[in-house]
Amino acid sequence: MKLVRLIEFLRRHLKTVVRLCFGVLALLLLVDALFVDKSHAHTGPERLPAFWSIFGFIGCVLIIILSKWYGHAGIMTREDYYDE
Amino acid sequence: MSNFWLHPSLILILGSLLLPFVPSRLKKGYLLLIPLLVFARTLALAKGIFGQVQFLDWTLVFGPVDALSQVFGYIMSLMCILGTLYGLHVKDDKQHIAAWFYVAGSIGAIYAGDFLTLFLFWELMAFSSVFLIWFRGRQQSLAAGLRYLLVHVAGGLALLAGIVWHCKTTGSWAFDATFKDLAVNHATPATWLIMIGFVLNAAVPPLHAWLPDAYGEATFNGSVFMCAFTTKTAVYALCRGFAGTEILVPLGVIMALYGVVYAVLENDCRRLLAYHIISQVGYMVAAVGLGTQMAINGACAHAFAHILYKGLLFMGCGAVLHMTGESKFTALGGLWKKMPWTFVFTLIGGLSISAFPLFSGFVSKSMIVSAGFEEHKLWVGFLLMLASAGTFLHTGLKVPYFIWFGKNQPKPEVWNRAAEPPWNMNVAMAVTAFLCIFIGCYPLWLYKMLPFPEEAFKYLPQVYSGYHVSETLQILLFTGLGFFLLLKKLEPEAKISLDLDWPYRMGGRAFLWLARKPIQAVDTFVGELYRLAGLIPLMLAARFAALVDNDVVDGLVDGTAEAVRGIGRRLRFAQRGQMQQNLAFAFGVAAVLIVAFLLYSNH
Repeated sequence: MKLVRLIEFLRRHLKTVVRLCFGVLALLLLVDALFVDKSHAHTGPERLPAFWSIFGFIGCVLIIILSKWYGHAGIMTREDYYDE
Repeated sequence: MSNFWLHPSLILILGSLLLPFVPSRLKKGYLLLIPLLVFARTLALAKGIFGQVQFLDWTLVFGPVDALSQVFGYIMSLMCILGTLYGLHVKDDKQHIAAWFYVAGSIGAIYAGDFLTLFLFWELMAFSSVFLIWFRGRQQSLAAGLRYLLVHVAGGLALLAGIVWHCKTTGSWAFDATFKDLAVNHATPATWLIMIGFVLNAAVPPLHAWLPDAYGEATFNGSVFMCAFTTKTAVYALCRGFAGTEILVPLGVIMALYGVVYAVLENDCRRLLAYHIISQVGYMVAAVGLGTQMAINGACAHAFAHILYKGLLFMGCGAVLHMTGESKFTALGGLWKKMPWTFVFTLIGGLSISAFPLFSGFVSKSMIVSAGFEEHKLWVGFLLMLASAGTFLHTGLKVPYFIWFGKNQPKPEVWNRAAEPPWNMNVAMAVTAFLCIFIGCYPLWLYKMLPFPEEAFKYLPQVYSGYHVSETLQILLFTGLGFFLLLKKLEPEAKISLDLDWPYRMGGRAFLWLARKPIQAVDTFVGELYRLAGLIPLMLAARFAALVDNDVVDGLVDGTAEAVRGIGRRLRFAQRGQMQQNLAFAFGVAAVLIVAFLLYSNH
């Protein structure tokens, strides 16, 4: 099972993997700020560097927090709620 | 049979009826042969109008073939092959027959040129797919199936009412461009009713709760079929009849976000995927509402890509359910050691639905978002972008993470059962995964099939432009960052979330209470009154009559009673008393009659 060994290897070197991921994020921001042609953007703010990164991150945080708040406001209930 | 036009659905229906008679050693080959024949037949269809049958006063049209019906026919028959391959090892013929009837309904609805034919196949879909839920065999499946049927019968009735109303006022039964012009520009209550029938099948809130309820409860391979056909056939019908209906734009955007919110709360992986169907179909519904050539292309391309990647995701989670018996995140975790390939395939499905570059969703979803921006509906574009962040958050990250990794350790019996699924399931997942990547890397293959290929070719250079790739990667990777930072908040909870199935689930209970308490009380009161005023005098009279009766009439009556009991005893063996079996039998007979009728009337 080569695949299992690969996953094991990645898990053993989790710290390096995490660092690599941060590297990729930084690289992405750099490339976006310096090289990407933004003439196709539909609105002004999209031309700002890292606009979509901020959009993605804030969007994700909002989705999690608002959904959980909605769930805990009474929508989430015990599993046998519908059982008689 | 000079003008006989072989309908792809007919191959499936006849194929399913013959299935029980195929010897078991040939069964697997036969199970693959029939969907392959259907696929070949769909590919061979020439454009034009075929299969016109005179039926009483109506002209039924079974085969208007154009670019729009072809792209949907293509993907439906392709999915039939993949879904059947996935469940190839299932020995129960009934399950295959139900699935094939369901696909036949979907393909029939896609190639329907008039409302009567459309309605016929529309209902065939509902009545055959319910068996895919019932065959799971749990007590909950029976109830979920009944609810599913109930909702779809209600939707079917709205559709039928609309159809009859529309056809009586306009005199036309045709489901074509003239209907669309009427429905979009001069909507009437009749066209609204037809639309309600369609949007119920597309699971547009508030008519959506049947979807997670049913798809989470179906058999492991039944859900693979269900996730593809009902909603996408509805998207097709909306494309054909309601392209450009403004109200669909906000409804689609609400759907896209609604599914995302519930997916955060969901603890069952297949229900989570079901909520993401609502979210993804939201993109398509919004695109239909926009109605431009680019948007309709986007709706079709996204439906095509969606059927594959959602099928793949349901296959992955279905494999986990099939092997471990569990589908709840709280009961799973750390399965990477046991089911690594299932993990990889599910991840590919997750990356495709999230629209990662080089995966199928990337080349289809962006078309819809761009169509929104180009129509200067900025809120549509931005909100759909937000929904894509949510999509990656759940399907791309939450599903793989909490099933295959995570801190949770499943119970020993679950852990011991976990293993890679049978070969056919793996092959089905591998082929579907390949197609997801193939479309992502070679979008031209898909774009060529779209209803407006010229428009699609114009869009092609934009897909992998630096800006689009950078924009998508930023959203997705920073969503990933958010996921890992807020991992604690996302830990699954062993709870269910109340949705809009609450009114009819609890409404049923209120009705039951009403029946038990007030109605029972009235009944008791009336009974008492009857006893005092009627029964006591009656008893006195009866006692007198009994004196006469005992000696004279008894002999005669006893003889008759004995005879009735004898007949009853014999009838009892014929009546099996199981609703599903009886219904299946009834549908089967109806299907045979319809096929016989069609064949006969083609002479």
